[in-house]
Amino acid sequence: MAETSNFLITETVIDIQEVVNKVTDRNAGAINTFIGTVRELTKGKKTLYLKYDAYVPMAEKKLAQIGDEIQKDFPEAKVAITHRIGELAISDIAVVIAVSTPHRADAFTASRYAIERIKEIVPIWKKEHWEDGEEWIGDQLEKVAYPSGKPEEGDLKS
Amino acid sequence: MIRVLLFADLQEKAGIREIEISAEKLTINGIREHIMELYPQLTAIKTAMPAVNEEYAEGEQVVKAGDIVAFIPPVSGG
Repeated sequence: MAETSNFLITETVIDIQEVVNKVTDRNAGAINTFIGTVRELTKGKKTLYLKYDAYVPMAEKKLAQIGDEIQKDFPEAKVAITHRIGELAISDIAVVIAVSTPHRADAFTASRYAIERIKEIVPIWKKEHWEDGEEWIGDQLEKVAYPSGKPEEGDLKS
Repeated sequence: MIRVLLFADLQEKAGIREIEISAEKLTINGIREHIMELYPQLTAIKTAMPAVNEEYAEGEQVVKAGDIVAFIPPVSGG
């Protein structure tokens, strides 16, 4: 059965078309999709596979919050995001974002915003497994995450 | 009873995802101290972002029995 919510955490393979269908709209002139995949090499280190974990109910709420934030800037936008958790192999799809808007520029801007925001506020964690070890990854924005022990003021406009 | 959830590195270091604290009222910082006494290895809980009932919160916030407190390490989704 197809899931109805636009903001989902799933343990199964993501159907891209299903995410796109959720934002299809007669007034849309553009649908922008972002597909995040598992990369093999990070800073020269070879990843064998990844494991994602999430605080599922809160993660789905925060994905929905990102949708709300986008609609504040682009009231006619429709947004759908599905993020997969569990064990993922190289090149597997971890996240699919779809945004439709009447004009293309807004769809590009909004989908970029969504992926950056996921990395700030959505409680999902990945663990990289290498040949010689494993580690939970934080600090993906390549700055110290939450230097004050919490997200910055602007990160929490709920 | 206050339910406390640990994730990612915190969960692994504690060896447990959920802890129950028998208390009627506590601040989040109080919960942090309590957990550090139980699991001294959880130093990262000091910088983990707290959430109460699925919403980010401040350390001074008071939680009561029935609330769910989560400690969110730096996230890495996407």
